[in-house]
Amino acid sequence: MITFWLLAVLIVASAVFVVSAPRPVYSVVGLLVNFLCLAIMYLTLSAEFLAVIQVVVYSGAILVLFLFVIALLSSGVRAFSVGPNRLPRILAPVSVFAALGLGGLLFVIIESTPPAAQPATTAATAAGNAGVFGSVADFGQALFTTYLLPFEATAFVLMIAVIGVIALAGDVDAPRPPRRKTLRQRERERILKEGS
Amino acid sequence: MEVALANYIGLSAVIFMIGVTGVVARRNPLIMLMGIELMWNAANLAFIAYAKAYMSNAGHVFAFLVITVAAAEAAIGLAIIVIVFRRVEHVDVDDVAVLKG
Repeated sequence: MITFWLLAVLIVASAVFVVSAPRPVYSVVGLLVNFLCLAIMYLTLSAEFLAVIQVVVYSGAILVLFLFVIALLSSGVRAFSVGPNRLPRILAPVSVFAALGLGGLLFVIIESTPPAAQPATTAATAAGNAGVFGSVADFGQALFTTYLLPFEATAFVLMIAVIGVIALAGDVDAPRPPRRKTLRQRERERILKEGS
Repeated sequence: MEVALANYIGLSAVIFMIGVTGVVARRNPLIMLMGIELMWNAANLAFIAYAKAYMSNAGHVFAFLVITVAAAEAAIGLAIIVIVFRRVEHVDVDDVAVLKG
């Protein structure tokens, strides 16, 4: 209980910091705190594999990508993102009200309708227990049997993303180095030169 | 003491709205992308909280798929930002109006 509220406060504070920080680098640091706290919260929800994936993919890969782009864009030019923010003054209280309102509404609705009767399985207490809810073995079993087709579809999605990024960021129109002449072409030029 | 499901869903909604605020209010494309990442994470938290409440693996699998799509989205979004703003000193999404009629 106290873990949840501690993590909730940290998560909300870091999320607010992400959207209100003056520079993108600060936002990335706030996002890092946010992701790590969410990973701990996933652990308390007995989603072990997803907690690890959260740290590896989000904190490891995506945030490093953000940092690379920030370094790439601000290199050589003046301080990045000093421009107008265009955050209307009225928007801050409105968004706070909307966030708390939506959160409170969902809280009330779900509190009043508890989920259906749970099957008599116990939560994972130690890693590696096959058949125990939330363990890595259990997750893998579900991923490779029941949900095999969606899993294969993610491979397709990632492939398209890779091709798209290469097509976007790769310098397709750059001048290519001259190709080496083939033996046949050189022979033809030699004959033409001798003939003239 | 067990935390009620509604607490997690309320927290998820709050994170989601913070992400929406980031996308709507900020004009820096990187921070807008980070707001989108916050929204993905709010959805993931809801998935995992419901998976725990119903003791079902489906929520975990879908959260896994969401993480995959989020990674692809971040990669493509950052590539677009790089090619659009590579030669621009001042980064502001409102300046990108080439397609405006």
